[in-house]
Amino acid sequence: MPTKKEPIWIARELSKCSGCRKCEIVCSLFHENCIWPEASRIRIFMLVPGADFPHFCTQCEDYPCVHACPTKALSISKKTGAVLVKTKACIACGKCIDACPGRIPHMHPTENRIIICDLCKGKPQCVKVCQEGRWNVLTIVSRRNQAYRLYARTPEEITRDLATKMYGEQGEEYV
Amino acid sequence: MILGYAGKFLEVNLSTENIKDIKFDDDVLKDYVGGRGLAAKILWDRLGSKWETVDPLGPENILLFLTGPLTGYFPGGRICVSGKSPQSNGVVGSTVGGEFGVELRCAGYDGIIVTGESEKPVYLSIKDSDVEIRDASHVWGKDAKQTVATLTKECREHLKKRYPQYGEWKEPALLYIGPAGENKVRTAVVAAKWTHAAGYGGYGAVMGSKKLKAVAVKGTGPLPEVADLKKVKRLIKVVNDNAYESEMWRRWGTGAGGYEVGAKTSSEPVRNWQDEWHEERSFGVDKFENRVWIKQFWSDFGCPTCCLKIAMVKTGKFKGAITDNPDYEMQAYLGPNLGVFTPEENVFLTSLIDDLGLCGIQTGNVMGFAAELFQRRILTKKDLDGIELKWGDAEAFAALAKKIALREGVGDLLAEGTYRAALNIGKMKKMDVLKYAVQSKGISIGAHGIRSGKDYPEAISYVCSVQGGDHTSTTGLPLESSSELGEIFNDSGVYCNFNSFGVPRKVKFDFYKAVTGTELTREEWYKTKAMRILQLQRTMLLLGGPDLKWKPEIHDANPPRFYEPLPSGPYKGKTVDKARVEEEKRRYYEAVDWDENGIPKSETLVKLGLKDVDRALEKLRRQRFKT
Repeated sequence: MPTKKEPIWIARELSKCSGCRKCEIVCSLFHENCIWPEASRIRIFMLVPGADFPHFCTQCEDYPCVHACPTKALSISKKTGAVLVKTKACIACGKCIDACPGRIPHMHPTENRIIICDLCKGKPQCVKVCQEGRWNVLTIVSRRNQAYRLYARTPEEITRDLATKMYGEQGEEYV
Repeated sequence: MILGYAGKFLEVNLSTENIKDIKFDDDVLKDYVGGRGLAAKILWDRLGSKWETVDPLGPENILLFLTGPLTGYFPGGRICVSGKSPQSNGVVGSTVGGEFGVELRCAGYDGIIVTGESEKPVYLSIKDSDVEIRDASHVWGKDAKQTVATLTKECREHLKKRYPQYGEWKEPALLYIGPAGENKVRTAVVAAKWTHAAGYGGYGAVMGSKKLKAVAVKGTGPLPEVADLKKVKRLIKVVNDNAYESEMWRRWGTGAGGYEVGAKTSSEPVRNWQDEWHEERSFGVDKFENRVWIKQFWSDFGCPTCCLKIAMVKTGKFKGAITDNPDYEMQAYLGPNLGVFTPEENVFLTSLIDDLGLCGIQTGNVMGFAAELFQRRILTKKDLDGIELKWGDAEAFAALAKKIALREGVGDLLAEGTYRAALNIGKMKKMDVLKYAVQSKGISIGAHGIRSGKDYPEAISYVCSVQGGDHTSTTGLPLESSSELGEIFNDSGVYCNFNSFGVPRKVKFDFYKAVTGTELTREEWYKTKAMRILQLQRTMLLLGGPDLKWKPEIHDANPPRFYEPLPSGPYKGKTVDKARVEEEKRRYYEAVDWDENGIPKSETLVKLGLKDVDRALEKLRRQRFKT
């Protein structure tokens, strides 16, 4: 566990994901005060049954989304390292989606702005609920100098990997 | 206003392609809740006056996909599929796990009502209020895995094209049929994911008769507003914590049953229920876990239990077979019931049944029935189109399953389900073969026998249930703890009853109130609301359909097999006492206010506000009087 002063990162072991979507439930409860899967900052994709996985911000070390934002709506939290969205400044242009190697940000379903994981101010609700269930797909670790952008991958890329890991060559047929 | 509902239902007429939103009064929602209860109400209101003449596989039937107010809130999301059942001619509330119900509610709908029938194969696509009937000819004839892959990709591409700014689209939730449903096989399922199925009732055949291959739904809104969110959050935690304490249940799900139910409670179908005991260690849960499970925890929306696993055979003859668990029912019905005792063969058969869109329980039952007739030389190899249907021959059963799904040769006969097949074979062979049919009112009995007395169903569970052999709606006395009135709550609130195991019953009613803001007492449920739903289901079951009607004095009965003594195992010689069954049946009729002929009593129906139901039963009462 990181010390209180250290920034955190959410380590992820995608192939363990049960697809229970409890992370979507608690994320939307925390940020939107209701259960709202599409407004969750962490989203479970299941493009192939069994190959369920969470898709959410990896806080790339070079933050391409922040640099791509034309209105400076995105900034980096000094405390947590999370990407923060200034909702009033965001014009929903989608440039951050294109800049993200994993196309992770997505639009808020009813408001004209982007949503990105903000690490719940350092206490990620998704990790807590995942640990409660002992699935342990998500774990909090210290943020060090590592290649976090490796984890920012598109849903299709991740699906292909997981489906192959699970189903071998057959996995290709289902993607 | 009642909370916890999206507030509207989608009605789609496939004959006219007319699509509209409809609403139900708060009073209707308060009385019938959703899912199974509301299905009974809708079907009665729309078809009740002509119920006997409605062909479940004709355009008049109504196909329902209904959520309930607890869908998405009570951990373990499900959707209830209903309509007039092509198995029982009554109404079955058939639920299946997955995200469909949640997506539908997030799209702003509490349910979908499908009427009429399409001329060509179609699928229904829903993105919030954006609803379309789309061509499905390219997936017609495709198996489960091909259908899911094609439609998932296609629907996401549509979403991307129409809403390019959104970012990456998650997959929509799908309900669909396989080849069996398309061919109106009465044991066909409505499927979700690859391997989740609404089996009881045979609604896959109803979808097929309407040429509706699938429904895809993506909802981008929140779940409907609840009355007391703080309390809902607390209750979710109560249900989750309860499940987290059951470690082995979470690890194994029902997957331990294939061995345990056979060896311990001696209540597992073995060779078409000729026995209910086996002690084949080759079928132990450790063999499934260590040899074939490639994912140990797989769950549906909000579920803390993960009773489903994913199995894949990686070597040998059956290499490449993939299915969930298989759960206990599949282990039993496509295992010992067919004389099959290895996980690999069991996974192979389950995978095939999934791909074909068949129900493993109902199809496993009818195949076991056919195999027993072959064993007794009533059906010959020639009758079976050259298949030697020997116990334990997984490939022979696979060949038969394909014939059933495609209604080819002898498959056409067995595609009618065990009861109808027994009638037809009886005529063909000029002998009674109904005594080998292990079913109740057209619905095969789930893999939990009653002879040993050690499993959960009671001696009258399958005799008196309004859903026949459905092991998820068994009934008995006392009403409050053992009858299907409790299951009616689960199936009408529409959530997974597995997550309610061990949860105090009060929690369910508290949950209902926290979501809807409407008080519901236990007494009100058991004495009035659930009773009203039960009487409606019973009435429609008794009115029957054009091909079959049930007479309580004949058909409120256990299959004859359950009166044969168990031939082996720790409960060898045990059977069910017929006199006791008759006595319990009489007491049950009394408890649910049915007269001595099993017909709901007039004064009760009037008291429940079901005068038209009472009138419809008058002719049945007169017929009974004559005989």
